[in-house]
Amino acid sequence: MAINFTVNGKAASTDAPPTTPLLWVIREDLKLTGTKFGCGTGLCGACMVHIDGRRAFSCQTQISEMAGKSVTTIEGLSADSSHPLQKAWLAEQVPQCGYCQSGQIMSAADLLKHNPKPTRDQIVEHMSANICRCGTYQRIVRAVERAAREA
Amino acid sequence: MTQHMTIESLNARSSRRQVLSRRQVMIGAAGLTFAVALGANRRAAGAALAGERGGKALSPWVSIATDGTITIMSPATEMGQGSMTSLPLIVAEELDADWSKVRVVPAPPIDAIYGNPGFQGMMYTAGSNAVTSYYRPLRVFGAQVRRVLMENAGKKLGVPLEELSTEPSAVVHVKSGRKLSYGEIAAFAEVPDKAPEVKPEALKKPSEFRLIGKDVPRVEVPGKVNGSARYSIDVQVPNMLYGAVLRAPVEGSVPDKIDDTKAKVIAGAVRIVRLPYGVGVLAETPWAAFEARQALTQSVTWSRTGTAWGFDSDKGMERFAADAKDLARGATEWSKVGDPRGEMPKASSVFEAEYRCDYAYHAQMEPLNAIASVSPSGDSVEIWAGTQSQSIACEAPAKVLGIARDKVKLHDMLMGGGFGRRGNRDVDFIIDAVLLSKEAGRPVKVMWTREDDVHSGRFRPISAHYLKAGFDPSGKLTAWHHRIAVDRVGPYMDPVRYQMSGGKDFIAMLGGEPRGYDVPHQLVEQLYRDTGVRTNPLRGISFTANKFATETFIDEIALKRGIDPVKFRLELLKNTPRASKVVERVAEMANWGKKRDGRGVGVAYIDYSGSQVAGIAEVSVDRANGQIRVHDFWCTIDCGVAVQPDNVVAQTESSIVYGLGMSLTERISVKNGAVEQSNFYDYRVPRMNEVPAMHIEVIATDNHPTGAGQMATPLIAPAISNAVMQLAGVRLRHTPFTPERVKVALG
Repeated sequence: MAINFTVNGKAASTDAPPTTPLLWVIREDLKLTGTKFGCGTGLCGACMVHIDGRRAFSCQTQISEMAGKSVTTIEGLSADSSHPLQKAWLAEQVPQCGYCQSGQIMSAADLLKHNPKPTRDQIVEHMSANICRCGTYQRIVRAVERAAREA
Repeated sequence: MTQHMTIESLNARSSRRQVLSRRQVMIGAAGLTFAVALGANRRAAGAALAGERGGKALSPWVSIATDGTITIMSPATEMGQGSMTSLPLIVAEELDADWSKVRVVPAPPIDAIYGNPGFQGMMYTAGSNAVTSYYRPLRVFGAQVRRVLMENAGKKLGVPLEELSTEPSAVVHVKSGRKLSYGEIAAFAEVPDKAPEVKPEALKKPSEFRLIGKDVPRVEVPGKVNGSARYSIDVQVPNMLYGAVLRAPVEGSVPDKIDDTKAKVIAGAVRIVRLPYGVGVLAETPWAAFEARQALTQSVTWSRTGTAWGFDSDKGMERFAADAKDLARGATEWSKVGDPRGEMPKASSVFEAEYRCDYAYHAQMEPLNAIASVSPSGDSVEIWAGTQSQSIACEAPAKVLGIARDKVKLHDMLMGGGFGRRGNRDVDFIIDAVLLSKEAGRPVKVMWTREDDVHSGRFRPISAHYLKAGFDPSGKLTAWHHRIAVDRVGPYMDPVRYQMSGGKDFIAMLGGEPRGYDVPHQLVEQLYRDTGVRTNPLRGISFTANKFATETFIDEIALKRGIDPVKFRLELLKNTPRASKVVERVAEMANWGKKRDGRGVGVAYIDYSGSQVAGIAEVSVDRANGQIRVHDFWCTIDCGVAVQPDNVVAQTESSIVYGLGMSLTERISVKNGAVEQSNFYDYRVPRMNEVPAMHIEVIATDNHPTGAGQMATPLIAPAISNAVMQLAGVRLRHTPFTPERVKVALG
């Protein structure tokens, strides 16, 4: 049975088996490849998206849970890299390999949406859900602080 | 007409021969490894090099379109280290290009033109040596193109070359006030038969640089904040199947009985395929491929072939350590200075110590993957992969398919991290896709799960270190002996280069000597061990283990002699001013002599392939649970000319965090030949709440640029061990310093 949901404001439908993780539907069927596969176990955050406005590990979300829900991926965060976090990420030259950065930005966007002026400790606590193997953490903190300041 | 000729690089080996069309060989290449005369077809020259570039090819490295767009080839692959920007930037500097008009494209896999002079001319991005090795040739190539543009402009304007100069992307005749843009010149330029000679003194002086040292934004970064950056895992091609591979638990084993009953009934599973080293799955979706692979785990038996069967890394470590300190055990000389064998016995006093380092895993964020499309007749293949070596990524599939290397069309993609994992000679992750595509008769994208990536990882080897120092009657350190029992790397990960280097296991042994320090008699020896476990270069390579040993040992000597560790190092470094500078400066930055309540500080210094780096860690220890916390890390680096200074800072931050993980939590253990860890829950890499505040200073000098991509990684373990000693009076001798080990040390 087809499951209907919304992705980046557009209607989406899939007949993938119900246990299929949302991640693979987003990446391979909808071809929104900015959301990444990192660990498959909700430990690294490379797959982070927003579901109904809160961050969620798309690798841990079965497609059967998605009926009627709304997903935002990195591609839907802004049309032109104009989200304050994206601008801050560029200004601070955060990414190295870049593979985790969609997930990092989606995590940070969730934080700022609900806490527009986070303290440094709040940023660190929230962002520790995401792994960056290139170790760009210090720049991520700076970028989140910059986005909070300039938003 | 296309004529063919065989080009042989300076480092002549038959396997390095490549057939190049005459059109591919042009100016610019001469300075690299070979020289050839050029044909008459000048205007078309270079057009065959890469489909992507537009405009006129003025060299294999540079094309200029009439709208002024300058396309520059990037010979190194990009894994986050920034070479895709810094190498073309070096060309652009001497070309005097307007950087805003530059487009960077990956160079095609033609070793004879784009090969890395630092790796015998193969295209290989590793060892933090891209800028180091390409710096001189790329400057010359850029200057040659600039000269060709000026000569063409001179002819057009009817003025002598000497009256011309350049400003960004334009040739200027100051006398008449006339100016021709590079794009205008490209419309009529003729490329000479032979590249104009550019003498070293004609190159810019560092004070004249407009781009080098000025921090331009990295070219591939914009795509990394909006999801558009393309890694191989993002590639889809028409009619593609998905693949997964169940590999043997122990290296060297092959599948024996395969029961595919459970796997083949998974919805979407297409076929189960026996591979020489494992069992492959072909499926319609990635999830079906993973589920079918999972269904195979208890349904395959394996041959008990392979050296690693029965190997236990804890027991192995005990044997390594016992052998390292047993001087009767044979060892191979790695390096020698002075007369250590003669002088050590004459020492009036000696000091000994032992250290150990565990296996460690790369944990690049993008699990290994590749897409291959083998042609129906099997006589060619197209590959999409993230690789640290375009040469290997073409050669290995060609060998497997029994086809010529130029029948492999490679799309080298951005890498979601490399750290050494993507440069092994057999490119296991690409071969998976090649074999399954051949089997399927369709394109196949093979992805490894994180568990595959860990279980079939290729690790920084285990090592046990025995060190002995000899002193003269005045207490001066005169003799040094370092014996390293270490799992081999070179012969396993790249037997070709291992042989070419005369059987030297560089990846296991570099950094064993106290380079930079004034120690007149030194001997470093390798106890070659082959456990059968998969090993590989990993960021920091052997420097991480060997400098943990040597920099901790230096500290122990200083304490034994009652000398401050910074002062002791400065004494030993008095003949190496660049080294002294980084140590002095980092001590200033950290306020070294300051008394700290409840915290300790420790220092380390390294000469890493010419780059001078020093670091100081400030730590505290929770005595109840054995947790070490690093609060601050100060670091200085002198890597000569810093092409992209802020990127040097970024790479140093990155290598500090990487070193932190290997110092505190990251550990692979092997039981009965199989890896015990699986994912990020039992292989813990640093998260944001575990990293120290990092304070980095780049001490730029006019020296030839040396590496920046991994230099701080080996500083971390010795700096922490030395800091814990200062704080708690106990010595940590085995990385990683897990809470259990710390608690044992604290007693």
